[in-house]
Amino acid sequence: MKKLKDLFILFITFFKIGVITFGGGYAMIAVIERELVERKKWITHEEFLDIIAVAESSPGPIAVNSATFIGYKLNKFFGSLFATLGVALPSFIIIFAISLFFDEFLKIEYVGYAFRGIQAAVVFLIISAGIKMLKNVKKTPLTLILTILTVITLLLLALFSLKFSTVFIILIGGGIGVFIYLLSRAKEKPEKAENVTDKGDEK
Amino acid sequence: MIDLFLTFLKIGAVSFGGGYGMIPMLTEEVISHGWLTESEILNFIAVSESTPGPIAINMATFVGASQGGLLGAFLATLGVILPAFIIVLLVASVIKGLMKFAGVKGFLSGVRPVVVGLIIATGLIMFAQVILGFSAISEPLSFDYKALIIFAVVAATYFIYKKIKKGSISPLILILISAFSGIIFYGVL
Repeated sequence: MKKLKDLFILFITFFKIGVITFGGGYAMIAVIERELVERKKWITHEEFLDIIAVAESSPGPIAVNSATFIGYKLNKFFGSLFATLGVALPSFIIIFAISLFFDEFLKIEYVGYAFRGIQAAVVFLIISAGIKMLKNVKKTPLTLILTILTVITLLLLALFSLKFSTVFIILIGGGIGVFIYLLSRAKEKPEKAENVTDKGDEK
Repeated sequence: MIDLFLTFLKIGAVSFGGGYGMIPMLTEEVISHGWLTESEILNFIAVSESTPGPIAINMATFVGASQGGLLGAFLATLGVILPAFIIVLLVASVIKGLMKFAGVKGFLSGVRPVVVGLIIATGLIMFAQVILGFSAISEPLSFDYKALIIFAVVAATYFIYKKIKKGSISPLILILISAFSGIIFYGVL
């Protein structure tokens, strides 16, 4: 019975986090820190840093990543299941309710005007989110070149209405990352250094 | 319906960097399937930003609901959650040291800047669509100066707030300001 109660509390806690956070994953991380580290003391500050590292390096919504990870730490599989359900459910309910009358809502003349204005704000939010993330990326020649190349590639694709899946662009980026990493590690080993620099020049 | 689930499964599996990281791929997939137009996507992003909860889940639910009602919403949301859930579960249980593994580090060092580039490029392309009326190189442009003014108002609010309060303004407030400007510029003037 105690376990059931624990799971219920976990669910309710993440449900609450899902209801009160606006602005996506990063805003949620701040709320999780306040709720779970400072108030409930379920996880230590060290563990919390681990959680952010895992959430940021795994694909998918950061909120889901952190809920799954924290849930597992506290109550294994069922813990992660209930935490994830809790964090996703409020969104699902609220958005589904909105979607039911959204089209009708947009047909109201002034709402339509409002949304034309809002679109400009969304464009700004996306660009500023990208720039904010750029500031957080470690600046090396590799990261700067990759960022610039990606922007140019995407703009060219859009300009000439060409199709090339974003999935491949991400995977190519990852591949280049692995390649450079192996190269730099091989260079660190002095006895192999000569061989590898030769190879590096060829490429 | 299955397509909806699989598409969001794919988006969930390869989108790094949270909700904004998902937007470039979501836009591409949703448009190439002919599910929504660019302008509808922007509306959906706006609603996802101004309602509580993770942007990725909000977007998945919204797109799913628009295509297949309750079942569509459920399948899309499940699709976007599932890869994250399984991968993190694996990381947390089986392969605890995965994040310290060198290859993953190398992979992520390449993925991160690419995701940042994708988001910035998507923002710029949307800027061209909303403000310059750009759709393809063969089509004529239709410059919307009112949208440019609203964009400038939003940007100015953002930077002034940052200067005075030393923090980021809530996206919700920016959206409200732009909604109000939209009504004035398109409706009243």
